[in-house]
Amino acid sequence: MSPQFVPISPIFGRFTIASLPLQEPIVVGTFCMVALGGLALVAALTWFKLWGYLWKEWFTSVDHKKIGVMYMVLGLVMLLRGFSDAIMMRAQQAIAFNGSEGYLNAHHYDQVFTAHGVIMIFFVAMPFVTGLMNFVVPLQIGARDVSFPFLNNFSFWMTVGGAVIVMMSLFVGEFARTGWLAYPPLSGVAYSPGVGVDYYIWALQVAGVGTLLSGVNLIATIVKLRAPGMTLMRMPIFTWTALCTNILIVAAFPVLTAVLVLLSLDRYVGTDFFTNTLGGNPMMYVNLIWIWGHPEVYILILPLFGVFSEVTSAFSGKRLFGYSSMVYATVVITILSYVVWLHHFFTMGSGASVNSFFGITTMVISIPTGAKLFNWLFTMYRGRIRFELPMLWTIAFMVTFTIGGMTGVMLAVPPADFVLHNSLFLIAHFHNVIIGGVVFGVFAAINFWFPKAFGFRLDPFWGKISFVCWVSGFWVAFTPLYVMGLMGVTRRLRTFDDPSLQIWFIIAALGAVLIALGIVAMLVQIAVSILNREKLRDTTGDIWHGRTLEWSTSSPPPEYNFAFTPIVHDTDAWWDMQERGAVRPTSGFKAIHMPRSTWAGVVLAGLSVAFGVAMIWYVWWLAIASFVGLIGVAIIHTFNYKRDYHISAEDVTRVENERTRQLAAEV
Amino acid sequence: MSADTMTANGDAQVAFYDLDEHDHPEGGSTLLGFWIYLMSDCLIFAMLFATYGVLGHSYAGGPGPRQLFELPLVALNTAMLLFSSITYGFAMLAMNQNKVAQTQIWLFVTALFGIAFLSIELTEFAALIHEGATPQRSAFLSSFFTLVGTHGLHVTFGLVWLFTLMVQIGTKGLIPANRRRLMCLSLFWHFLDVIWIGVFTFVYLMGMLR
Repeated sequence: MSPQFVPISPIFGRFTIASLPLQEPIVVGTFCMVALGGLALVAALTWFKLWGYLWKEWFTSVDHKKIGVMYMVLGLVMLLRGFSDAIMMRAQQAIAFNGSEGYLNAHHYDQVFTAHGVIMIFFVAMPFVTGLMNFVVPLQIGARDVSFPFLNNFSFWMTVGGAVIVMMSLFVGEFARTGWLAYPPLSGVAYSPGVGVDYYIWALQVAGVGTLLSGVNLIATIVKLRAPGMTLMRMPIFTWTALCTNILIVAAFPVLTAVLVLLSLDRYVGTDFFTNTLGGNPMMYVNLIWIWGHPEVYILILPLFGVFSEVTSAFSGKRLFGYSSMVYATVVITILSYVVWLHHFFTMGSGASVNSFFGITTMVISIPTGAKLFNWLFTMYRGRIRFELPMLWTIAFMVTFTIGGMTGVMLAVPPADFVLHNSLFLIAHFHNVIIGGVVFGVFAAINFWFPKAFGFRLDPFWGKISFVCWVSGFWVAFTPLYVMGLMGVTRRLRTFDDPSLQIWFIIAALGAVLIALGIVAMLVQIAVSILNREKLRDTTGDIWHGRTLEWSTSSPPPEYNFAFTPIVHDTDAWWDMQERGAVRPTSGFKAIHMPRSTWAGVVLAGLSVAFGVAMIWYVWWLAIASFVGLIGVAIIHTFNYKRDYHISAEDVTRVENERTRQLAAEV
Repeated sequence: MSADTMTANGDAQVAFYDLDEHDHPEGGSTLLGFWIYLMSDCLIFAMLFATYGVLGHSYAGGPGPRQLFELPLVALNTAMLLFSSITYGFAMLAMNQNKVAQTQIWLFVTALFGIAFLSIELTEFAALIHEGATPQRSAFLSSFFTLVGTHGLHVTFGLVWLFTLMVQIGTKGLIPANRRRLMCLSLFWHFLDVIWIGVFTFVYLMGMLR
């Protein structure tokens, strides 16, 4: 059905040597760097004989803490990729004036801005958020693992699989040139006949399975595995936001799956869902994808609202102000996030009544968000605030996010949106809330929970340098975009005619350089912290004087999290336990029932990647083989009935005695 | 539930740790988790129904429901699926009475009805395509084939699952893990029935009224 005739080899599909972007020196250079780096990594792992350790202790592990850490590593690695795309765009736009074409051709530039959006949302923000929830939620509710530990491992590897497919598109073939949501008819086979949009579709489908299943998993975990006494209104706020986020995931990601399936059918089978001909309706795609897309932005921000709540109350030494209003605000945001999607395309021509409805719902959603902000401020009010790194990030968030929220309300006014739609003002707005909210929140969370995960805290000096560079870099990079957006400059432009704009783009590029320094400082921070880990070590398990249950175990927590399941009597359970002088039991340990590691997650995700790649390149034999393999392995795995084991009472006693000794030495 | 832990001041007998905990049987949250998954699957169908609702009138000059659908055949097909749900119910009753052979027999009958349903559906599809009413012909046909076909694909996976379970019951018997799996497949199978009621009403019956 493809309009242009592409010869398809029975063995290689539509892949030929010409598919390799050898004519692009930037891509070839990047490939050489990545290949060298990858080889060095493989060599190092082999030299230090780490493959067995990684496979046994990490890749096949079903421990929610390890999976959480792996998600964070994935997010960090992909952040570097997504940020290189960002700085390439900033450089291009800063120099493409006065007749200069810049250094990126249109074919390449369009891929760069698409990849930047896709990677930052799906493979940076989502892994960060999922990783945090995975690591923290079971600890906060006093559980030993999630409800479905194998599924958790599988979900992680599916997310990695999606990331692998996106990364592959950089060196083999091309990525989509459609913008991050791949609107048809541009993304249809008539206008995008190449492999780019197919890479996009299959990367998101493979990763989407992982996201959906981890959503199911965490809902079941929060509903079923809470410690005795932890009623819903005694759950830590982060767990509440995680619950709402996962409900959003389960209620939104199927929409993405369905709409991408319809787009695939248009591209592969020749159906007419989103075509201009034979009754198709491209605007239906735009509606459907934003019915997923708007809840998605709340999927990203809600858990970070939880992080800010935990951080603010911990570092103000106070109970969170307005706990129940915080819960209700979260729930209201969860519901309202489904009735605002049309504000992404007021200019579609739905008419005044429809636009007014969605404009008003959008403005209404800022009320619960504003309530949250006041709750944080009142928590700080008269608190004994400690300006540690997580708190610094939180304060930066409060200022930055509030301004981003206000520009959002401006965009929610339909007449204003007709002027600002698709302009750099919009770009500045959503970076303002995503960087100022999600990214700052993730950094607050990393600095907050790193000591829990590894037993030593992150170096504060380099952390503060990174903080200053990021926050100032953000404002230098995005304020010019607000200004230019108001002047009418539209997004995704490669070259410019008006020389008076250049100074703004140069300032924005300098901002990007500042952010780059912030990222470097963060990597240095991690390296320095690992080198100085003995100096930064925390033996108490409660380095920040936290309030919730995760701080009641050792850092890092033992495999089973809690030797005895805690019993909860109050919202801030750990704080309450300390206040009332709860004594940690030091004897009478029992064997603990735990899930067993499994290879199946890695293998199934690997087969899914093979299937995706085969579909992208029309390698039908491989598609059939990997699909059959996928079903086969899944069935074989169901014949494995031995999925659990017991940690013996002696082992538990040994670990807990060590902890007793450590705590005694502390006093 | 737990032995009390003394607090430091010793006056209040408040327990902060569950000292006498027992193993939680595996799979305690499976049915809830599977139910949540089914709801997400339900949303996929909701999207396909919505798509059909938007595009169901876009014939692009091609044939519409009145020219294409044969209600007697669809009624027979519906009967097959409904019967398969009843027989699955009988399988569950047999399972509750711990009768392995009877469970297996009813599962097999369910599979036969499922296969009959799929065969009739494929016959219908083949006839439509033969008449030139292909998924590529119009947006109406694209959305029709996708909605009905997705349901059929689910039934196919249900059958693969059902046969796998029959082998597992054959080798391991009605152990708790297998009972749990039968419960999940039961939910899945009845869910597909409910979706089909929607398809039958919304696509076929209301299509004939146009």
